[in-house]
Amino acid sequence: MNIGHFMTPDVSRVAGTRRETRDTWTLRLEPPRNAAAWSYRPGQFNMLYAFGIGEVPISISGQVAGDGTLLHTVRAVGRVSAALTRLRKGESVGVRGPFGTPWPMDLAVGRDVIVAAGGLGLAPVRPVVRTLLEQRGKFGRVVLLFGARSPAEIVFRREVERWGRRRDAEVLVTVDHASPDWAGHVGVVTTLVKKAAFDPGNTVAMLCGPEVMMRFMVAALRSSAVPDDAMFLSMERNMKCAIGQCGHCQFGADFVCRDGPVLRYDRVRDRLSVREL
Amino acid sequence: MTILDTPPSPTPARLLDTNGVGRLLDALREGGYEVIGPTVRDRAIVYDTIGNVADLPAGWTDRQDAGQYRLERRDDHALFGYAVGPHSWKRYLQPPATTLWRARRTDDSFEVETVADEAPSRFAFVGVRACELHAMRIQDRVLDGDQEPDPVYHARRNDAFIVAVNCAQAGGTCFCVSMETGPGADGGFDICLTELVEPDRHVFVAVSGSVRGQEMLDVTEPATAGPDDVRKAEAVVERTAASMGRSLDTRGIHDLLLSNPEHPRWDDVAARCLTCANCTMVCPTCFCTSVDDLTDVSGQVAERVRRWDSCFTMEHSYLHGGSVRASARSRYRQWLTHKLATWLDQFGTSGCVGCGRCITWCPVGIDLTEEVRAIRDTQPTGTRSGGSDGRT
Repeated sequence: MNIGHFMTPDVSRVAGTRRETRDTWTLRLEPPRNAAAWSYRPGQFNMLYAFGIGEVPISISGQVAGDGTLLHTVRAVGRVSAALTRLRKGESVGVRGPFGTPWPMDLAVGRDVIVAAGGLGLAPVRPVVRTLLEQRGKFGRVVLLFGARSPAEIVFRREVERWGRRRDAEVLVTVDHASPDWAGHVGVVTTLVKKAAFDPGNTVAMLCGPEVMMRFMVAALRSSAVPDDAMFLSMERNMKCAIGQCGHCQFGADFVCRDGPVLRYDRVRDRLSVREL
Repeated sequence: MTILDTPPSPTPARLLDTNGVGRLLDALREGGYEVIGPTVRDRAIVYDTIGNVADLPAGWTDRQDAGQYRLERRDDHALFGYAVGPHSWKRYLQPPATTLWRARRTDDSFEVETVADEAPSRFAFVGVRACELHAMRIQDRVLDGDQEPDPVYHARRNDAFIVAVNCAQAGGTCFCVSMETGPGADGGFDICLTELVEPDRHVFVAVSGSVRGQEMLDVTEPATAGPDDVRKAEAVVERTAASMGRSLDTRGIHDLLLSNPEHPRWDDVAARCLTCANCTMVCPTCFCTSVDDLTDVSGQVAERVRRWDSCFTMEHSYLHGGSVRASARSRYRQWLTHKLATWLDQFGTSGCVGCGRCITWCPVGIDLTEEVRAIRDTQPTGTRSGGSDGRT
């Protein structure tokens, strides 16, 4: 009996790497040999396998238009992620996916869009920002609120600066701890909400970052009258299978891998306030 | 989900004696099945490969209570005169450890090859109880659903021949009546036996639940059961139903548990719980698995082994920086609320079949029926009636 199934990775070649910060790298991956092309929707993730070491969920942080390679931005926080950040051009990685629910791009059409990200939380929403700016006419005001621990921790820095020069988007960046050369905002990302211009009754907000950051961001947006059903969060949990069978990623009744990671706030509202759920 | 949906056959009940059961075991083996059934080992009744009737636990029974399991001699030679032991059929359908694939380094990359399941071609399970049939149905929904059925489970499950046995006595921790999963088998079997131990005869009333069950039964040359035999078999089940060792009030249990995430009882149970994971290992429906990615010493060959996991371990909820559920309180709460509440949201059924294993095999005797009762009886005023959306 052949049990080559959803737990068996395809093999993908690393087409290139880029160092984003001290401990964070972006891997550019070629489509696996037996895959015609890679398609994904912003917000989804792949399971990446480092040979002999292990497998972890990594969100897709973009796609290169020319060659269809997929971008995954990885911070070295554990054994597997550290091994992934050591991969270099020409080496191979195991891939399963893409998995999970996408950001509500259709719902955002015709509305103001707030993208709020903390730290590496910018990676899963970078495809959103790129889409918003590429198809700028389809959306109302575009607001990016981004917080990093320090200027050195800002991922995709040059791209964020490019976004910041656009006149048709409001890009507000803050850091918790400034360096001498930092001339921007200092403070937590929630303080940016009242600096941004948007119509709360006609807004879609997409939040990605540490859970505590998302909780406070939700509170700030609520106090600006953004309704609960217009806010979307990307949740993170331990995952082994990515299809709702290993049980690890449960968050209440939801399997974060399958029912999430992107979940509408009103669905998880009461669970977010329960510690250790 | 194949034979489970087959309604019980309307063919008349048959009658086997102990030799007839032996002929059934022989016929199954000759039919190419690996016969798995109850046998005595390590002072418990476990499930293992069965050669003949002599391997069955004739004359043995079990005495069970919270944190207690004792084998005892019966004063008769009943083959199935016990409740359930520490094993469940999930160890054959969803094995404790499965190698899923191997990867080999090549010059500048690696290749992944699948690994064949080492299972015998087909299992025959003998002595499956009503609660265990329900446990299989529940695991079917988790592992053999429409979207991505697990191939290991799917193949083992689909091919399995099931000989059920109606329970003739309830264990001290049984509460299948509360969960509406027993003690009589209501489908999902190929053959169902009810054991009648009388002063002058020892027989089994047998009904088939599938065509292949009927055919297999015919091979054993059974007698026809009389109306009196059938009535006696029904009485066995009724008697068992009336003697459950435990009960669980399931009214509104989904909302009851989900509306009490901060109930002080979670602290109370956490003070007793060792988070040893025994309850999840013996549970016939707990399905959590983890994977180990390993290499040989040369580092040239890697493999992935999937193994049973438990929500009682710290690793289960580990995210970079620590475990989401670091406290025993949160891990017990996760297990109980999943089993009895969120399972309903996820799979349209409770995750509990009332087999009582988690109570019996808990080293400190934690009893989930007692924990639920404590929460129900001591709710903060205003929430006792339930009626919320369950997510509050």
